[in-house]
This record gives sequence, C-alpha cells and structure tokens, in this order.
Amino acid sequence: MQRFANPTRFMRMANAVLPWCAALTVVLIAAGLYLGLVRSPADYQQGETVRIMYVHVPSAWMALFIYASIAMASATALIWKHPLADLIARASAPVGAGFTLICLITGSLWGKPMWGTWWVWDARLTSVLILFFLYLGYIALNNAFDDPTRGARAAAVLALVGAVNLPIIKFSVDWWNTLHQPASLTRLDAPAIHSSMLWPLLAMAVGFTLFYVTVLIFRLRSEIVAAKIRNLRLVQIGG
Amino acid sequence: MSAPAGIPRPSPARARKRRRMYAVLAGLTMIAIAVALVLTAFEDSIVFFYSPTDVVEKGVAPERRVRIGGLVKENSISKADDGLTTTFIVTDLSNTLRVSYTGILPDMFREGQGVVAEGKLSRSGVFLAAEVLAKHDETYMPREVADALKKSGQWRDPEKGHAK
Repeated sequence: MQRFANPTRFMRMANAVLPWCAALTVVLIAAGLYLGLVRSPADYQQGETVRIMYVHVPSAWMALFIYASIAMASATALIWKHPLADLIARASAPVGAGFTLICLITGSLWGKPMWGTWWVWDARLTSVLILFFLYLGYIALNNAFDDPTRGARAAAVLALVGAVNLPIIKFSVDWWNTLHQPASLTRLDAPAIHSSMLWPLLAMAVGFTLFYVTVLIFRLRSEIVAAKIRNLRLVQIGG
Repeated sequence: MSAPAGIPRPSPARARKRRRMYAVLAGLTMIAIAVALVLTAFEDSIVFFYSPTDVVEKGVAPERRVRIGGLVKENSISKADDGLTTTFIVTDLSNTLRVSYTGILPDMFREGQGVVAEGKLSRSGVFLAAEVLAKHDETYMPREVADALKKSGQWRDPEKGHAK
C-alpha cells in the first residue's frame, strides 16, 4: 500500500481546501455573472452582444490552461512515474473538453450577429476545434486499454504531442490574418478593454479556475478509490 | 554497482529518469520543428484573407475565388440606385481595393472598421464580393467612454491606431 501513501496525504490536503474552493467558486461566478450580464455597460460597437464575452473568453482560457496542466502532468507521469500525475491528467480531461465546447458554442453565437457567420475556417477557430478533438482523443485513448497504466501512458504521449497546438492557438491571431480579433489583455501596451468590463471578466476567469480545482478534487477522489479497488481485486486474484 | 570513489555516479533509477526526460524533450523539439515547417510551408493557405497589398504583390488571378480583408476606408461607401449594391474601398493603409457587393451587410459593417469579403477579382480590378463579414477589433469599451474620448480628442482612430 506504500504506493498510495503519497495520494492519501495529497487527498487530505485537497479535502481541506475543497470547501473553500467550492464556496469561492459559487461567489465569484455569481458575482461575475451579475456584474457581466446586469451591471456592466454595453459595448460601443457590439451593444449587448458583448456580454457573451464574459463566458466565452474565460472558457477559452480554461481550455488552454487545463490542456497545459494535462500536458505537464503527463510529462511528470512519463518521466518521474508519479502515481498522482496520471490521475490528475485523466481527471482533468473531461473538464477541459467541456470548457472547449462552451468556448466554441458561445463563440459561434457571438459570431453570427457580429461577423455575420456562425463559423469560418480561420486559424484561431480551426486550431481550437483541433484542441477539442485532442481532448476527445485523449479521453478515448485513456480508456481504450484493458490495462489502465498502458492507457495512461499512450494518452500521456498524445497529450504531449498535442501540446504543440497551444502556442498555435495563442499566437494564431498574430501570425496569420484571421477573422478572430487579436488578444485584448495580453499585449504590450495597456489592455484594450475598459475597466468596467475587465473586472467581471477577471471574476469569471478566477471563478472558472476554482471551479476546475473543485471538480478536479472530486474526480481525483473517485479516481484514487477506483485505483485502490482495482489493486485490491488484483491482490484477491493473485493470492 | 559501486562507483569508484571521487566520481559520483547517478543511481540507475536516477539515470533512467534523466534519460526519459531527454527523450521527452527531444521528442517535443522534433514535433515542434516539424509543425513549424509545415505551418510555414502552408502559410498562404492558412491566412484567412489577403490584404490589398497581398493582392498587388502576389498577383491574385482574376476569376479565382479568394477572400480579401482590411479596413473600410472613410467616406468610401456608396449605394447604387438599386438600393442593394454597395461599393466601398478596402485599405490596409498602403494599398486599396474597390469592392462591390450586392446583398445585406452585417450590422458591424461601417467605415473605419475591419471587413473580410469573399469573392472574385474582376478583370477591371474591382473585387466582386459574394459574401461580406465584419471583422471586429480587440477594443472593448462602453459607449459613454467612446463618446468622451472622441469629445476630448484622445480617440485613437482604428484606421490609424492598430493597422493590420
């Protein structure tokens, strides 16, 4: 049982921060939605449609952030064989896929009134769609083997290969002509977004991040229990 | 197994970890180089639209379906007598291209704003658009702030501010 010593200690810590994470998630997303959908002003060009941004942009950030976490956890699992790293990567994937889907759908809903089209095959939109398929492929590959460690290893390699897509998504709007506008926040001069719109956006972004942490702890808990059950079964069969 | 004194040898487990780390790093580098080469090679197909300068420099053949994009030049929009055909000039601040479009324009279509048009270059040099999309820039602000900036003369015209 020494293999689980570390995860047990980790889970004790995770369980301690869980209620705080969950409470802050609710507070921040509620505040972000209220500020974004009710209190913040309409945009001078986009009108009320700008409010889609308060869901779309944080979802896009989470899609990238969670994939980066999966890639880093996968590298840790492949190199140092850390037992928790595989589980963290595995538990994160459906959350990231969900955020990517929300990002694609809200973007499409914004694109129709603003651009005049639901979808175009420009570099930004296409690379995010590829990210969504990478998530699905990762989940499928992870579950495609009878032996969970083999599935985890194959999926970890896929996660690392797919990580090449992350800088492409981020810089697609700078490297190529795209229909999608460039970044408003991460640029050399001041953010091109007024503070009355920036605060709800940041509240939503932190809220989404804590939501991810909360769900991750729940999912890790069940992954660890599942791994323990599997090991007990193996012991039973073996002896 | 014992290392000679004075020369510290990494343990076999440690050496394996280091080897795996180099393998992962080398693999990632190779993939990154391969992807970078592919993306550079296909740059012309990845760009969503050509700027008027690209049209001049690359010599886009007439009657070929392409997308062009840029800013709608100020005071260049004119409606034809049929009430449906609009002509306007697309500029990237160094070159311009006259565009003609019959149909309903998106709400965000206005002078000084970005636009992407899909269609064909006619032999006379006018771009005949079959579809017009509005391109939004990255600026977000309330209407009052935009008005106040314009009033105080601090307004950064998109046509001069961030040219693309």
